[in-house]
Amino acid sequence: MLSPAIMRSNALSPMQSSSTTAASTTTLSILPDAAKLVFRGKTEAIEAAGAHFGVKPSLEACRFAAVGGRSVHWLGPDEWLFQAVNEDPIEVFGGMSAALQAQACSLVDVSHRSDGIAVAGPTAALVLNHGCPLDLSLKAFPVGMCTRTVLGKASLLLSRSEEQVFHVDVWRSFAPYVWQFLDEARNLS
Amino acid sequence: MLLINCPYCGSRPEAEFANGGQAHIARPADPMSLTDDEWAAYLYMRDNIKGLHHERWRHANGCGRFFNASRDTTTDVIKRTYRMGERPEAEHQGAKP
Repeated sequence: MLSPAIMRSNALSPMQSSSTTAASTTTLSILPDAAKLVFRGKTEAIEAAGAHFGVKPSLEACRFAAVGGRSVHWLGPDEWLFQAVNEDPIEVFGGMSAALQAQACSLVDVSHRSDGIAVAGPTAALVLNHGCPLDLSLKAFPVGMCTRTVLGKASLLLSRSEEQVFHVDVWRSFAPYVWQFLDEARNLS
Repeated sequence: MLLINCPYCGSRPEAEFANGGQAHIARPADPMSLTDDEWAAYLYMRDNIKGLHHERWRHANGCGRFFNASRDTTTDVIKRTYRMGERPEAEHQGAKP
């Protein structure tokens, strides 16, 4: 049987070569695979989870915290996404699961569910606004903010890691659509 | 586009939300004691108010949580949104909270 690590394939890998080469100030790139765990639970449990993971989760709505390749994104009032770039999901899940034995909470490994795209450049917000109705100005969507939202017909997790860099985390089956959407939008703007 | 105030995330575009029908309908504590008509009324009969209506909404493409909204069905203005488990404000309660 194949190990889960071998079975992981990024839905975006065929997209990079198909994207347009026309001059655009906005770049699209595929983010490296990461271990992704969705956590649901109350404050006490999320604090224990954060302490084990090494990143203090944000209790404020729509914010993420990152330390090195690890980050915790606020998804809902009792829901967070733990992300560890280039780490083995089985190991990360095993460690977290053991540390949370005494807590009433839910932890689900969703590493293979979604792929990531980085949208970078001075007009990145404008490109995203071709399909996303959110106000992406720095005032309304500051660095460190994350939220699930819509882009065209797809639902995705949008976060701003730098002033001109957005990260998009989208489910595999929507990933090529979102890539093509952004590729087209960046050549219009 | 309309902006709807999610009690958790703040003011967000309408496209992120899904309507969940009339709010504050309590499931009967003992369904077995109800007649078929009473059960049908609980399942299917809803108010069709002209004016302020209390509805459930879900921030489907956001935090994913259900909340309540008091919306005027004639103007489509949402007067107030509030979390699950809370009651509409007294002045908004009207005939049927």
